[in-house]
Amino acid sequence: MIAYIGYFLILLALFNISLLIVSRPVLSKTSLDYNDLILSTSKLQFPLVLSSFICLAISFVIDDFSLRYISSNSNSALPFYYKISATWAGHEGSMLLWCLILSLWMFLASVYSKSLEPSFRGTFLLIMGLLNIGFLAFLVFTSNPFERNISIPIDGKDLNPLLQDFGLIIHPPMLYMGYVGLSVVFSFALTCCIKQDFKKEWAQWIRPWALSSWAFLTVGIALGSWWAYYELGWGGWWFWDPVENASFMPWLVTTALIHSLIICEQKSMFKNWTILLAIFAFALSILGTFLVRSGILISVHSFANDPARGAFILIFLAIVLGISFYIYFKNSSKIQDSFSFKLISKESFFLMNNILLVTATFTILLGTIYPLVLDLLGLEKISVGTPYYNAVFLPIMTPLVLLAGFVPIYLYFRNQAISKMYLYVLTSAIVVLFLSYMSILFTGEFNLSVMIGYIIFFWIVINLIFFTYRRYNDSKRFTFLSNSIGMLLAHIGLALFVLGATIVENNKIEKEMVMSVGDSIKIKNYNFTFSNLEEFEGPNYKSVRGEFTVLKDGDEETILYPEKRLYLSSEMPMTEAGISPGLSRDLYVTLGNIVSNNKWTVRIYHKPLIRLIWLGAILMALGAILSIVTKRREKSSVGVVLEK
Amino acid sequence: MKKRTRRVIFVSTIIFFIGILFTIFIKTFNENLLFYRSPSQIDSGNIPQGYIFRVGGVVLENSIRRHEDSTKIDFSITDFNKELEITYKGILPDLFREGQGVVMRGKLNDDGIFVAEEVLAKHDETYMPPELTDSLQIDESELERTSKSIR
Repeated sequence: MIAYIGYFLILLALFNISLLIVSRPVLSKTSLDYNDLILSTSKLQFPLVLSSFICLAISFVIDDFSLRYISSNSNSALPFYYKISATWAGHEGSMLLWCLILSLWMFLASVYSKSLEPSFRGTFLLIMGLLNIGFLAFLVFTSNPFERNISIPIDGKDLNPLLQDFGLIIHPPMLYMGYVGLSVVFSFALTCCIKQDFKKEWAQWIRPWALSSWAFLTVGIALGSWWAYYELGWGGWWFWDPVENASFMPWLVTTALIHSLIICEQKSMFKNWTILLAIFAFALSILGTFLVRSGILISVHSFANDPARGAFILIFLAIVLGISFYIYFKNSSKIQDSFSFKLISKESFFLMNNILLVTATFTILLGTIYPLVLDLLGLEKISVGTPYYNAVFLPIMTPLVLLAGFVPIYLYFRNQAISKMYLYVLTSAIVVLFLSYMSILFTGEFNLSVMIGYIIFFWIVINLIFFTYRRYNDSKRFTFLSNSIGMLLAHIGLALFVLGATIVENNKIEKEMVMSVGDSIKIKNYNFTFSNLEEFEGPNYKSVRGEFTVLKDGDEETILYPEKRLYLSSEMPMTEAGISPGLSRDLYVTLGNIVSNNKWTVRIYHKPLIRLIWLGAILMALGAILSIVTKRREKSSVGVVLEK
Repeated sequence: MKKRTRRVIFVSTIIFFIGILFTIFIKTFNENLLFYRSPSQIDSGNIPQGYIFRVGGVVLENSIRRHEDSTKIDFSITDFNKELEITYKGILPDLFREGQGVVMRGKLNDDGIFVAEEVLAKHDETYMPPELTDSLQIDESELERTSKSIR
């Protein structure tokens, strides 16, 4: 019954949003304003899709196995919270989540856009509405979560054990908030194109939206990486899997976008370029959906696949891109834009940032798409591995992150004698080299990659500290922070990320061996003893649990419990890692396969500084949020002053 | 005039660097491509020794041999036409078992045994890698053509 209501509501939502197209010719003959209709339709959309989503969630909780989606993704023995999160664990449900989030963003965009001119606002929301039609049609016609089973099974097949996890509850909503948030930026950019202008205030208006999408994407990707680390049992945090690339590409382009928007706002430059970036960012996030949903990829994300879905998304992508480029090339030359600047200037550094980011995106796109294209054409089956990405991506990123440490310094000295800057940069470079070299001597033997990692870390951190100190010293006040606290935090996050990633990739220790109960092994100053092995039963699985006592320099440090589970309804084995997290290192133990009685293959990893990877990402997202908040407060305080 | 010359220099430097970057990454790209071969293709084609590629098939029944006190494991795969012996040192994915479709990266040794560096098995018991599904029904001309392309 509830499922019927949910289905009805989603159809109603599709009908509601389709009014946008249908009513246009009708309304032009009456006195009613089309823009008013757009506004009310876009506000109504969210409650409709939300109620439908809630209906699906309730159907999950009450085990309504008459729905095919529920019978293949849930089971009566599944714990309550996983039943809720299973709502978006499969393809159909996650598309419903996608539509829900799209309508949420549209709702927010219609509420917070009062400051825009009515005709601009109308066009902007109309484009969002059209996107909404596209995705809702996709949901209803190819991926209906409310589809019924022909015969009702007694129990469900169960949720994929990999997805029965806290990480999965929050990873997709976060990632989707980011992906879909880009639709706001995209629609806005396209509207600018149609209106043949990109005013300063507009750049100011859209930046918080771009920043918040970026923050969500950052958190979403970091959560995915964290989940893969502890759940897949390989101990890696990034695999250059096409699915990861699919989320990483929009992230890179959006990073370029939030930087170019600054120049747009402050200097009225790079307008066309920024619009192009916005189009690409959203196109890449649709492409990501296509890659993940069409089933042409091998990954944990490709559940049940259907070629019709891939075709639909591909056609949708082609239409969106085709129309966007048509509008762009028709109008972009009419937008007043400037592209002339000095070689050494804020604009040129930001342009370099953009070029590097876009080049990096392109290299990843090539590695992700090329094998697929060859395969679809039936020419050859190939794959592109990690060595390619490391060889290409890292050299492009190195100058970029060095730039993040240099530009604030340039901006500080810009208004003073530039010769002072050279002196400072020289001093700073010497200090950085010295500190990096000392750190290497302190932590292990010399290694060029580690050295570069340390240099980047110290270069960013020391320069930003110097920047903060000098800015404070000049005014004896912290008011300048309202402009730069977000930037400072995000860039410190970047520095921490680079440090963590470099150190863990170069200094990790990974051992795989056969151990029986009672055996010990020493890794660095840690002594791991396989002290016990026992069986127990969980709510929907049985498990063999090992116990590893870890001594550090002879004193007890921790006890780890890696598990090998067998999920009962799906008969799927699963590895649960035993992890002791720490800021300086993670200890990571997994049980492999049983060799003979009480004898197991075992993986033991020592991962130094791996937590910095996710800590860095959190700081980046926090930086983005802070710069939205401080900007808003600054704007409202200016308003107060003007009123007085 | 001066401003213009400067701009020309600026733009050409950028193009120059992009050009260099582009050449480097196309080169790296080509060096890092991994081709996929089925056991039948390996049997009929001359694959150079030490050439790294990917191979896929179904793990043959009763072919898994583990070594005591080592993570080394030997097994065979089949594409229901030809078989291939595999040796691997390391821990296998959870879903590795007889009758399961797997894909491996590695190279052939002197004895024609495939030394795997990485073994992938999908987390879904009914899963079959797309490459494998295709290669199980690959035809002769296709085989001829693709085995030529890596010579």
